Amino acid sequence: MNTLNLAGRFSLDFSTSGVMARGEIVLGCLAPHPPHVVYAENPEQNEPFSEGGWEALRWGYNMLARKLKDIEYDCIVVLTPHWQTYIGNHFLGLERFQNISVDPIFPNLFRFHHDIEVDVELSEAMQKSAEDAGIVSMMMRNPNFRVDYGTIVSCHMLNPEWDKPIVTISSNRSTHYYSDEVMNEQASALGLAVSKAIEESGRKVVLVASHSLSHRHFVTEAPLPEDMSREHIYNHSQYVWDMKVIEMMREGKMEEVIGILPEMIEQTMAEAEGGGLTWMMSAMGMPDYPAEIYGYQSVIGTGNAIAAWDPNPSSRTIVL
Amino acid sequence: MSDSPDIRLGLYVPPHPHPLLAPEQNDGWGRLRKAFDTCKERIEESGADLILIYSTTWPSIIGHQIQAHPNPVFTHVDDDFHFLGSMDYEFKMDSEFAECFRGFCEERGLHARTVSYDGFPIDTGSVVALKLLNPENKIPACIVSSNVYSNRAEQIVLGKSARDAISKLGRKVAVVVVASLSNRMFTEHIDPSEDRIHSAKDDEWNRKILEFFEDGRLEDISQLSRDIHGQIRVSKVVAYKPAWWMASAMGQHNNYDGEVLAYEALHGAGGAVIQLTPSTGGVGDKEFDEDDVEFYQGDRSVLGKGAI
Ligand SMILES: [Fe+2]
Repeated sequence: MNTLNLAGRFSLDFSTSGVMARGEIVLGCLAPHPPHVVYAENPEQNEPFSEGGWEALRWGYNMLARKLKDIEYDCIVVLTPHWQTYIGNHFLGLERFQNISVDPIFPNLFRFHHDIEVDVELSEAMQKSAEDAGIVSMMMRNPNFRVDYGTIVSCHMLNPEWDKPIVTISSNRSTHYYSDEVMNEQASALGLAVSKAIEESGRKVVLVASHSLSHRHFVTEAPLPEDMSREHIYNHSQYVWDMKVIEMMREGKMEEVIGILPEMIEQTMAEAEGGGLTWMMSAMGMPDYPAEIYGYQSVIGTGNAIAAWDPNPSSRTIVL
Repeated sequence: MSDSPDIRLGLYVPPHPHPLLAPEQNDGWGRLRKAFDTCKERIEESGADLILIYSTTWPSIIGHQIQAHPNPVFTHVDDDFHFLGSMDYEFKMDSEFAECFRGFCEERGLHARTVSYDGFPIDTGSVVALKLLNPENKIPACIVSSNVYSNRAEQIVLGKSARDAISKLGRKVAVVVVASLSNRMFTEHIDPSEDRIHSAKDDEWNRKILEFFEDGRLEDISQLSRDIHGQIRVSKVVAYKPAWWMASAMGQHNNYDGEVLAYEALHGAGGAVIQLTPSTGGVGDKEFDEDDVEFYQGDRSVLGKGAI
C-alpha cells in the first residue's frame, strides 16, 4: 500500500495486511430463533424431548444449512435481540463459552448445553471499527456471561455441527429509547462499520439477523407445545405484513423494506426492532437482488421467515 | 379466602447491580447499598417467613411464571453491566407457596405456571434483591415474573392471587417489588462519579412519587400508574405495572407508614429503596375512578363482535 510516512517521504509498504485478500460477506441470513425449532429437532444438546413440529421452518433451515455447507466461510456473525444492551452495542470478547442456556420464556422447551467458539480477533476488529465510527460499543469479557438463546438457536439451525466460530453482537435498545427510525439509523451505521472491519479482516463471513418478522405471541401454550393443530398466526394483519415484506425480499427491494420497517414494527411488533435486519442489509449494501426464501411459519403466533441473500449470482437460486 | 393476609411490610427496590457489585464506586450507589442492608434487618425483625418478589426484569410471555425451584444455584451476569462482575447465587425458594400461588392465579382466570429448572436464568433484579435482602437465605423466597403483554387488570388479579395464597398458607410476608422509578439510563459509558438522574423531568417525577410513598399512598400511586408510564418510563413494555401489582398484593389502600431509605441514580435511572409498613392511619381523600377487578376474563373478542 502506498503511504506518505511521517517524514513526508513516499514509501512502499508491503505489510501483511496490505496483501491480505479482502474479506467479504458471503451470505446474509434472516434466521428466526424460536427455541421451538431446536426443541422440535431433538438435538442431543437439548434436554427436553419433543415429538416434532414446525416442519416448514425446520426443513427450510435444513435446506439453508446444506447450502452453507457448500459455501466457504470462516465465521458467523450474529446480531441478536436477546442480548439487550442500553449502552451501545456489545461484542463477545472471549474465545469460548461453555454453559447451559435455559430459555427464560420457554424453559420447558430449551435447556441447551453448548460449547461456543468465538472469533475474538474479528469481534475486536468490528468493535474497534464501530468505535472509530462514533458508535458506542464495548467488548464483553466476563467469562461467566451466558450467550443468549437467540444466538444459539439461529446458529444451531444454520450449522448444527458448530464447526465454525461465531461472534455475537448485542442489540441496542434504541427502538425503546428513541424510535424505530433512530434504530434504523444506528443499526445502519453499525452495519457499515462491521462490513468495513470484515473487509479489512480478510475473513469470509456469514451474517445472521436472528429474529422473527411479526412478533405478537399467544400468552397461553398448548399442553403439548408441538401440537400443530393449535399453531397459527396471531392475527391476519400480522400475516399480511409478513407476506408483503417477503414479497419485497423476493423482488430485491431491501432498501424499501428497511424504509418501511418502522411502520411494520409499529403495526406488528416486529422483532426487527432489535436492529438485526437493518444492520445486516446495511452491511451488505442494501441488496437489490432477490432473496432466497427458505420457509415461513408461525411459532406461538409470531411470523417467522427464513431468508438468505447471496451476493454471488452464480450460486444464488430460487428456493421457494 | 381470608381478607387479611399477613403482610408484614412492603419494599420497593431498584434492579440494577451497582449496589451489589460496586457500592464503593459512587456515594449514591453506596447509600442504596446501606438502605438495602437496613431493609435486610427490617425483614428479619418483622418476623416474615416468606419474601415474595415481583420483578420487572423478569419478563414472561406465557402468562405469569413463578419460580419454584427449591434451591436454584447459578452465576448470573448482567447484559449491560457485565464489567462490574458476576453474581454467584444460591437461593432457598418456597416451592409450596409457588404452587399454591399458581393455583390461585388459575382460579382467578390467569394463565400461570411454575418454573423449576436447573440453570434457569433468574433475572438481575431478583438476584440483586435476594442477595442483599436475604444473604444467608434465612427466609424462603418466591419470585413472580412480569408478563410483557399484561396490563392493569391482569396485574391487579395477579396481586390478589398472591394474597389468596398468603392467606391459605398462613405465611407472614415481606412483599418486594423490584423496579426503577424513572427507567431511562444513559446510553453511553459514564464515569461512576458522574452518575445522576437522566433528566430534571425524571427527577421531579421521581420525587413526586416518593412523596406519595412517604405518605403511604400506595393505592394512589397505583391509580397514577398510567401517567407515570407516559411521563418517565421508557416504553419497553405496555405499562408501568409494578405499582398495580404491589398495591393489589398489599391490599389496595393508602394506610401505610412510608419511608424512603434512599433515592439515587443508577446509570441515569431512578433507584429508590422504600419501605411501606401497614398501619391504621390513612391519607388522602380521593375516590378511585378505575374499576376493581377480581377475575381476569382474557380477551373480549372485540374485533369479532358486531360484524354483519
Ligand atoms: Fe425472540
